Amino acid sequence: MSEPTRFVSRGQVMVVGPDAPHTMTVLEYLRLRLRRTGSKEGCAEGDCGACTVVIAELGPDGGLRYRAVNACILFVHQLDGKALFTVEDLADGNGQLHPVQQAMVDAHASQCGFCTPGFVMSLFAYFHGHEKADDESLKDALAGNLCRCTGYRPILEAGHRMFEGGSMDRFAAEEAALTAQLKILADGRHRMLRHSTPGGDFIAPRSTAELAETLSALPAGDVWLLAGGTDVGLWVTKQGRAPRSIISLGGIPELKRIDERPDETEIGAAVTYTDAFEAIARLHPAFARMLRRLGSTQIRNSGTLGGNIANGSPIGDSMPALIALDTILKLQGKAGTRTMPLEDFFLGYRKTASKSGEFVAGVTVKKPGPQSHVGIYKLSKRFDQDISAVLAAFHVVLEGDVVKQARLAYGGMAGIPARAKEAEAALAGRPFTPDGIEPAVAALAADFSPMSDIRASAEYRLLAAQNLLRKFCVEVSTGKPIGVEAAE
Amino acid sequence: MTSTVHKPVKHDSAPRHVAGTARYIDDQPEPEGLLHAALCLSDRAHAKILSIDLSAALALPGVAAAITVQDVLGDPDIAPVVPGEPVLAQGTVQFHGQPVAAIAAHDLATARRAARLVRIAYEDLPAILSIEEAVEKQSFLLPPLGLKRGNAAVAIAKAPHKLSGELRLGGQDHFYLEGQVSIAEPREDGDMMVRCSTQHPSEVQKLVGRVLGCPMHAVTVECRRMGGGFGGKETQAAQFACIAALLAANCARPVKLRLDRDEDMIITGKRHDFLSRYHVGFDDEGRILGYEVTLAGRGGWAADLTGAIVDRAVFHADSSYWIPDVSITGLCCRTNTVSNTAFRGFGGPQGMATTEYVIDEIARHLGRDPLEVRLANLYGKDERNVTPYFQTIRDNILPELFDELLVSSDYKKRRQEIDAFNAQSPHLKKGLAITPVKFGISFTTTFLNQAGALVLIYEDGSVQLNHGGTEMGQGLYVKVAQVVAETLGVSLDKIRITATRTDKVPNTSATAASSGADMNGKAAENAALDLRGRLAQVAAPLLGVPAEQVIFKNDMVSGGGKALPFAEVAHRAWLGRVSLAASGFYATPDIHFDRASGRGNPFYYFAYGVAATETIVDCFTGEYRFTRADLLHDCGNSLNPAIDLGQVEGGYLQGLGWLTMEELWWDDRGRLRTHAPSTYKIPTARDLPEDFRVQLVHGRANPAHTVYRSKAVGEPPLMLGISAWLALKDAVTAAAGTNRVHLDAPATPERVLLAIQAARQQAEAPVTMAAK
Repeated sequence: MSEPTRFVSRGQVMVVGPDAPHTMTVLEYLRLRLRRTGSKEGCAEGDCGACTVVIAELGPDGGLRYRAVNACILFVHQLDGKALFTVEDLADGNGQLHPVQQAMVDAHASQCGFCTPGFVMSLFAYFHGHEKADDESLKDALAGNLCRCTGYRPILEAGHRMFEGGSMDRFAAEEAALTAQLKILADGRHRMLRHSTPGGDFIAPRSTAELAETLSALPAGDVWLLAGGTDVGLWVTKQGRAPRSIISLGGIPELKRIDERPDETEIGAAVTYTDAFEAIARLHPAFARMLRRLGSTQIRNSGTLGGNIANGSPIGDSMPALIALDTILKLQGKAGTRTMPLEDFFLGYRKTASKSGEFVAGVTVKKPGPQSHVGIYKLSKRFDQDISAVLAAFHVVLEGDVVKQARLAYGGMAGIPARAKEAEAALAGRPFTPDGIEPAVAALAADFSPMSDIRASAEYRLLAAQNLLRKFCVEVSTGKPIGVEAAE
Repeated sequence: MTSTVHKPVKHDSAPRHVAGTARYIDDQPEPEGLLHAALCLSDRAHAKILSIDLSAALALPGVAAAITVQDVLGDPDIAPVVPGEPVLAQGTVQFHGQPVAAIAAHDLATARRAARLVRIAYEDLPAILSIEEAVEKQSFLLPPLGLKRGNAAVAIAKAPHKLSGELRLGGQDHFYLEGQVSIAEPREDGDMMVRCSTQHPSEVQKLVGRVLGCPMHAVTVECRRMGGGFGGKETQAAQFACIAALLAANCARPVKLRLDRDEDMIITGKRHDFLSRYHVGFDDEGRILGYEVTLAGRGGWAADLTGAIVDRAVFHADSSYWIPDVSITGLCCRTNTVSNTAFRGFGGPQGMATTEYVIDEIARHLGRDPLEVRLANLYGKDERNVTPYFQTIRDNILPELFDELLVSSDYKKRRQEIDAFNAQSPHLKKGLAITPVKFGISFTTTFLNQAGALVLIYEDGSVQLNHGGTEMGQGLYVKVAQVVAETLGVSLDKIRITATRTDKVPNTSATAASSGADMNGKAAENAALDLRGRLAQVAAPLLGVPAEQVIFKNDMVSGGGKALPFAEVAHRAWLGRVSLAASGFYATPDIHFDRASGRGNPFYYFAYGVAATETIVDCFTGEYRFTRADLLHDCGNSLNPAIDLGQVEGGYLQGLGWLTMEELWWDDRGRLRTHAPSTYKIPTARDLPEDFRVQLVHGRANPAHTVYRSKAVGEPPLMLGISAWLALKDAVTAAAGTNRVHLDAPATPERVLLAIQAARQQAEAPVTMAAK
């Protein structure tokens, strides 16, 4: 039986009616159904941030978390059980601007104004996660918001000025009420959500068993599994596609778990990058540094490691890193679960080892030993929120300066994320020194014949792939990172 | 003392921008019966259209109409200057992505689905896809513009030093956040109301009238604000307004055409990419003795504004330097790619960047700091001050600006520190560059330098302001309102700024060429002065003073020790049957240019600036960051220093983006593959230099009689970004260990790394990082 999607807006529980197609985005819902036109469409692919809205949901500790997301690639049914804030909601009923809005006005931070609602909402989420601002974290928070007019300086200024009157706002005062409201929604939500529209169904199982059952009951080929939607959303907005069924993983607690064990960390397939970040940072600081540049805050608040893997994209940033770190993948289906080394999952361009009825349940990342050295490097035209030209992930185990074991994984160098086995072999047993690695550097040319495309030429890809190994070696031998980032 | 102008007043829409209540075209309540439009695009770079089959599209439920150029009621040619730009492809397609057919349907998804169902049969024709090929095959849109003085070839031949070279400068997508959008609504008696995100409502009005086959008086165009323009909505908004109007007329229902981002980037023109070839001769100090340069700009398939854009590149190829013997040629290349168009700077940046690069090359050749060579060549104040088009520069403040910035940026000390850093840092290299800007203000097409305004005072003392300029975020509306408030002596909140409409002020020019505030400000001031004169006549007898002694200030009208509220005087004027409506007009004086002789005074004055940018480069990868920038920019007596500061900062970062990370990439079939923000990267907040110090020049009124002696500011600061690119070249030079480096733009990390690699290999220096 059909169970409607419910979310909270302006203190009211909104029920999304059966006339909302299963592929309808939050942005369409806001602009076309609710006629709330403050949130803008700038790109319809989650790259410009003009559509940014804030979702509040209950965290594991039962407290509220405010997160900025891209409304243009979030399906309205993914709002189920959450609270939604848009730019129109911030000023109070008397037209008194919110501190974020007032700071934007005072800092002369809007020019054409079209990107402004998105910046306001990214800053609103930041306001609810911080006591005061610092430039680095502000730039992280705003990396998914493009402004073509201001040059950003006044927007960053606004990010500081919004705390001038403290870090409380009227929403903080209403948190208890909202928390209670969300709990009531959550309590009434044990049943699987199944929203049927003439175009198709949006289904949100509540357990992996239910997911496996549902998946096996549906005809293969016309079902999309939705983990975060930061890629799937574009299939709708850019390709005009619509499957018979969309199955969301977002309502399955088992898939949202992070299990930190002494030697390894297991991350569920529906854990967002944001949620996985701290656990991964504890495993590998280099991985965390790269994740900070994966997508934007909005994308990391929606996107998931599991989705990135299942998608099988050759340019996903997390895969080479996970492969270099001996990651084990867990697949699950009605028949049970099975595991495999992650690198075996990728068979070819967008082709994976997943069988019909199976889904990615999670990954287990091993903690490196004391002799392990890990380096993860992302190269792109732009520092923030850009797809890599080359992603290199290195993991060497040294005995003295001799390489005992080496795993070198690259993205952007082949049709799939892949290990450089020739180079690995050329490293084994040799000193890990600038001279000692040159045979491995040369061997990379045998491992890969990259292509030329919009992101880089083959020549640059290979040269950079080689130079990154050299750079890693210098960093390991000197113990000092080399980079142009101010933070390093 | 002024009350309102020269003050850092907030953007009039700021409170609504932040609250989400500022309405753009797509936010407006939809008229009853609205249909949504979508376009079917060519998937060939150059082909003959054999047939167009609309039947499947028309058969889709919900589709109301499907049209091709055959369905145009009037004249399908919507070219702004040179005829030959059909609103929908006619007979042939000229680039990959050219609109061929248009659909109207009851919702957007249906319209887009139907557009995919249009079947077109083609016969491929040979396509010219690169500037090189166009130059080689003499494929030009227009005859070249040449400026000549003396004999450059002889001067170069005789010079102690000579260099020749070639340079590529990439194009740039506008990436206005609000894409192209229009709503056309049929009214009674064949009238068409068009709401359009455009910098040029009058041209949209004219062209909508043309395609509908009706006079201009039947078409009204309105634009309250754009979500960014940057030149991209100067001529190229019209096509979508025209298509919406054609569909609206066809269906007798309102139609909205809003492009998806990818379509917008595929269909609309961009900043012209250029190929520059030069020969330069110079002395031991780096003083240019002779300079020959050819600037070949890619116009794309149609002329659009390419003629004027290449002209402006030619006009700015002197950059800020006196060149005694000079020959500059501009070529308008015709290629089977999208028709490039206006973009902030309008060719000027490409001309300037070329010559700034040449200056840098001269300095490297001589082993000097490029700063010395810049200063050695800088235009003089009273001599060495005649441009290659024989305009004498009378307002040069660059020597003072250089002096000031060299001190405030601590240039010389930092230069030494950077050299010392580079000497001991094998893998990271820093670079620093300081470059000037001199930008000519006025449309070089002289007749465009005109503007109109309409000011209405109501009998309660409130004022409505309208003028021909459009608001695209640059703060034009508030600046002009400041001028009117100042003139009438009322506070800014008494002035209501209204949407730009062709039925209020006719025959306006585009808001372009940085001219918006100069021209519309003057026109509005003239209207306000007219009204103030009438009110003074009303107030004089009440105050008991002659009209010329009546003072308008602080919402009061005073004289002879007495004062009346402005509102009361307005009310008295009404009772006294005095008209409280005035139109104002302005035409920029003293400008002319004769194309045939290449001589004249095309510019009313020049705007100046200087910038110093520092960078650090990773020699393993070519990645870089900009660590500091110091900008000093001239706005005359700024009308609004907060707004102008925003233009300077934003312009700089846009220029930096153009020359560093923004890369347009076409494949060998002429398809643009970077057509969305996922693939086309404009700067983010992190790309702003970490230490960013921006100053407006203080206390230097514009010697020209501009509105409150201010200067235009829209375009000039973009060219401050040239310093970022040349800072990268400086770092590449340090990394390469040779003075012979080549760095085209955009200088992506890839180009930086490959430039280092190439220079090292060429110099046969120890190749530590190179791979075979």
